[in-house]
Amino acid sequence: MTAVATPDRTRSRGVAPTRGLRRPRRYRRILLYVALLAGSVPTLLPFVWLVRSALMQDSQMFVSPPEWIPAPFQWSNFSEALTTQPFGRYFLNTLVIAVISVIGTVLTCSVAAFSFSRLRWRGRDVVFALLLSGVMLPYAVTLIPTFVMWQELGALDTIVPLTVPSWFAGAGGGVFNIFLLRQFFLTIPFELDEAAYIDGASPWRVFWTIVMPLSKPAIIVVTIFTFIGTWNDFLGPLLYLQDEENYTLSLGLASFQSMYLTQWGYLMAASAAVIAPIVALFFFLQRYFIEGVTLTGIKN
Amino acid sequence: MRRLETRWGILMALPAILGFLIFTIGPMAASAFFSLTDWQIGASPSYIGLDNYAAMVGDELFWKSLSTTTYYTLGAVPLVLIVSFAVAMLLNQKVRGLSIWRTIFYLPTLVPAIANVVLWIWIFNPDFGLLNSLLRQGGLPGSQWIYAESTAVPSLIIMSTWGFGNTMVIFLAGLQGVPRHLYEAVSIDGGGAWRRFWHVTLPMMTPTIFYNLVVGVVGTFQVFNQAYVMTEGGPNHATLFYVYYLFRKAFTESEMGYASALAWTLFMIIMVVTFLLFRNARRWVYYEMAGAR
Repeated sequence: MTAVATPDRTRSRGVAPTRGLRRPRRYRRILLYVALLAGSVPTLLPFVWLVRSALMQDSQMFVSPPEWIPAPFQWSNFSEALTTQPFGRYFLNTLVIAVISVIGTVLTCSVAAFSFSRLRWRGRDVVFALLLSGVMLPYAVTLIPTFVMWQELGALDTIVPLTVPSWFAGAGGGVFNIFLLRQFFLTIPFELDEAAYIDGASPWRVFWTIVMPLSKPAIIVVTIFTFIGTWNDFLGPLLYLQDEENYTLSLGLASFQSMYLTQWGYLMAASAAVIAPIVALFFFLQRYFIEGVTLTGIKN
Repeated sequence: MRRLETRWGILMALPAILGFLIFTIGPMAASAFFSLTDWQIGASPSYIGLDNYAAMVGDELFWKSLSTTTYYTLGAVPLVLIVSFAVAMLLNQKVRGLSIWRTIFYLPTLVPAIANVVLWIWIFNPDFGLLNSLLRQGGLPGSQWIYAESTAVPSLIIMSTWGFGNTMVIFLAGLQGVPRHLYEAVSIDGGGAWRRFWHVTLPMMTPTIFYNLVVGVVGTFQVFNQAYVMTEGGPNHATLFYVYYLFRKAFTESEMGYASALAWTLFMIIMVVTFLLFRNARRWVYYEMAGAR
């Protein structure tokens, strides 16, 4: 796409628009940045409000007009909020669930995507279309029977209902990952597979030593989105986890909120602590994030 | 080779196929059956035919939840579409520091749902929250936001607009895919910015707009967290969203049969709405047939 667009762009600049356009163009650029700034203020303000409140004493928070700089910086909000409930434990619980889910999703989805894109078998496309049709299904439809099933199996209050489905790629949003990976696999030259098969390789070998190493970008995208999805999930833990020992961060924060309804310093400190890891992750993997969102939008 | 390929093919697709059967088809069929029963958790379900569906017709809260959810969808989806399209247009003007701007606008979508809800409870606080503090400083009257019947849903719509980043990034990618030569063609014909927008950008973007529209409608129809943590459906059922009502029926009142009927009704509503959207799409969505694979 860019290869086509770039020469065009330079040409249009070479032709040079009529001279009258020059001055309005500069005003337009100033206007553009003013608009962007105006847009980013309401976007960032809630974050500023979050951080400011997380670092303030209650007495300073309840003054009118509002103050913006904490004086003094109440760092103890963080230490106190995070120790009144075992947030460290919640963090570990969430991490365990997220990591198990990510591994399961990436493995089973890419294996399936390999089968749907690079192996020919009868009924393949029908099966794939059937799986894809499940994407539109509202989660509410499967919620109750799935809950009852786990209850019958005695799996309530364990991480089983929150992790096992991810090892069966098709469950929930998994189908979308298969779709994404399949699209990516289709761009890898098929000659590679054929050469390997002639050398006597098995499909598993082709998958593991040829296709997977060439698909890192797509795998990273699936990893990130699965990780964020499980990290931020609320309904799942709410349904399946009861003992406070097993709470995830989201669940812990919700219960913390219901207990410290008016302790805004604590609440904001706890929220900031829940938000921070995800934001940090984003800054490290920014490029993949945007590519991922773009991929999900465009391919449809 | 052929037989081997088939065997491997099915084997490798097996987790996905099993998952589909166990976690999608099975529960779907089960909830269809449950919806035809009277079933409290712990007791065994007894078949009552379509009684649950008939009961919904007379259930005021069902209608309330449906209209509340529709109200939310009708407010949130267009607002998010317009805001994210506008910002994407701005970012598509060869802006300096694009990745910084993009990060700023994308940041809110990263906030975990519950942290987001807790933060906004504080922002909406009528006494010392961010919004009323700012309004008062500007000499304007404050609002009760999520605490008053008439402003609760609009408040949640404002809150949802904060997370427009995902939609925006998809729009931006779409905008960058609009072929340059089309803009040039308009310029050569003497058309200005407005005509470039109206005759090139907008028509070329209709598939992306349509995609975001469908995803947005399906998503907002299933809104849950805000009602559960922020408002508990109140005040006076003003934020009784459909899935929250369903959740309450199932897990608070333990009316699993009725809740299953609610779930299937939601499924059918979403199917009808997407069907209508797709049928209507033929009239305004532009698909370039040449070069399509």
